[in-house]
Amino acid sequence: MSGHSTYEPKTGIERWLDTRLPIIRFGVDLGDFPTPKNLNYWWTFGAILGVCLVTQIVTGIILAMHYVPNATLAFDSVEHIMRDVNYGWLIRYIHANGAAMMFLAVYIHMFRGLYYGSYKAPREVLWLLGMVIYLLMVITAFMGYVLPWGQMSFWAATVITNILGSLPVVGPPITTWLWGGFAVDDPTLNRFFSLHYLLPFVIAGVVVLHIWALHVPGNNNPTGVNVKSEADTVPFHPYYTIKDAFGAGVFLILFAAFVFYNPDGMGHADNYVPANPLVTPAHIVPEWYLLPYYAMLRAVPNKLLGVLTMFGAIGVLFVLPWLDRSKVRSMRYRPTARIFLALFLLTCLVLGWCGAHEPDAAVIPGVGPGFVLVDYGINTDVWLSRLGTLLYFAYLIPVQLFLPLFETPLPVPESISTPVLSHPASVPAGATSAPEKKG
Amino acid sequence: MAGGLRKVEIVRRVGRLGSAGEAKGEFKLADTAASPENHGGDDPSRRDFIVIATVAAGVGGVAAIAWPFIDQMNPSSDTLALSSIEFDLTKVQQGQQVVVKWRSKPVFVRYRTPKEIADAVAGDHANLRDPATDASRHKPGKPQWLVVIGVCTHLGCVPNFGQGPYGGWLCPCHGSVYDTSGRIRAGPAPQNLYLPDYAFESDTKIKIG
Repeated sequence: MSGHSTYEPKTGIERWLDTRLPIIRFGVDLGDFPTPKNLNYWWTFGAILGVCLVTQIVTGIILAMHYVPNATLAFDSVEHIMRDVNYGWLIRYIHANGAAMMFLAVYIHMFRGLYYGSYKAPREVLWLLGMVIYLLMVITAFMGYVLPWGQMSFWAATVITNILGSLPVVGPPITTWLWGGFAVDDPTLNRFFSLHYLLPFVIAGVVVLHIWALHVPGNNNPTGVNVKSEADTVPFHPYYTIKDAFGAGVFLILFAAFVFYNPDGMGHADNYVPANPLVTPAHIVPEWYLLPYYAMLRAVPNKLLGVLTMFGAIGVLFVLPWLDRSKVRSMRYRPTARIFLALFLLTCLVLGWCGAHEPDAAVIPGVGPGFVLVDYGINTDVWLSRLGTLLYFAYLIPVQLFLPLFETPLPVPESISTPVLSHPASVPAGATSAPEKKG
Repeated sequence: MAGGLRKVEIVRRVGRLGSAGEAKGEFKLADTAASPENHGGDDPSRRDFIVIATVAAGVGGVAAIAWPFIDQMNPSSDTLALSSIEFDLTKVQQGQQVVVKWRSKPVFVRYRTPKEIADAVAGDHANLRDPATDASRHKPGKPQWLVVIGVCTHLGCVPNFGQGPYGGWLCPCHGSVYDTSGRIRAGPAPQNLYLPDYAFESDTKIKIG
């Protein structure tokens, strides 16, 4: 992919195949891919996401063997999977928790990109493809959540499809078109099932492009400094296959802890109540990984503007490579930017917390809603969500544009090897390899 | 040098347990043991052990997780729960059969006439492909009730009642001929129609499965 190839076919069959379909060469080149030698464990989340995607596809194909996409049978078929199908409970719990684990991994993967500036030139397309994957993941997860046809499924489908109805003129016809009727019903369930089965393969296709786009410039690394020579790299295999395998192993332990000890911990009890189009549950919330967007949607008192804010929150991430004016990639050398990123992470967590609570719930309990500003008391979820939404966009637009004008970055090393060889003490743990340090 | 000496000791201990492959590793180690730069991390025997242990744990893990993914395709517990049914024999007229669905397959419950029974008994001495007496194909004292699985033993079609030269069944797919005892008499099928597990609960009621 980057032009190098050390593969030399040894047998006649390999030579014959190499001139017809150089698939062995392809595999060997992937294994030999020169990778920065200083990647830390945050870089294992790419491989972890690969494991997650394969897990979701395999368990999903199995669930589709037993699931019935029909409004009258869907809920029962899920219970059939849970009670009657051999190990059905295990496979469904892996799939349901796997979705949440995949979002956990993708958020860590994205924050790693934000921290080390992995989205900056020449990796903009890599970042864009990653954002496309993320968007597809959100859509796929939403449609999957509808399939069990419980109360939360049904009302999530109703609320989300109604979001599109807020668009002027085209909104209502689009909603009807999505539903295939006058409300969420059997036709909606059927098409969601079809698309939920399709989209993971689309994701897999975009992942291939994502990896291709990764292999053209090569990996970023914790210093953010370009690879200068072969001394800065090691072959991907065995150095990073083993590191990724170890990272994935640790991740799978956490995954298994959820599957076996708290499989419904991230779900909602109401989704074990069959869908009822006549009764909305008292308190409906999306899955945790979408809560920040939900908080933003509710923070804006105008329906259309709320929807635009929510989509804008994802949309602005697409243009991040062009908003960020800093020439320094890694925040290891941007102490001020690091503080802002930490605040941004906190903002996302606070928005998630807000999304999980009622709009008029008190932020500080026992104090009351406080002084009423416009529509709600200032000690309410809504006002905290509004603050959070403001800070979210503030970080992604003005901070990206103007912080580089004021901050003073630390000196950036000449190459990946320089800080390791000259200042071993100044390098954070994980960036050096053990043998040199021991001596 | 102290580190190097300690390592040689470890190698000796491993070497005693070791196979030919490990002995090879020991030889390599002897070369590197003299270097003070090494602190045990390059011990090839230890590496072999780690590799083998990792691969073994990996293979075990994959096998453990593969089994649920394979077993999910086997009949589920609700399917198995439907594996036995009861049938009221008064629904069948003499000289006719009723087809019952059992485990998703047809079961022929045939109320045989005295002539059909006599024909079947006479057939006991014919040159049978899958030898069986008529008495072995019905419950003792109940020769009028023949209960067979209505699936041709050739390729799984359902034979038609009362057709064929023996008055038993004729399979429409490839012309297998069964007699009034459900035994294969001509055509490609290798075996007689199978008998399901069943028992008389009373004179007029059987339980299949």
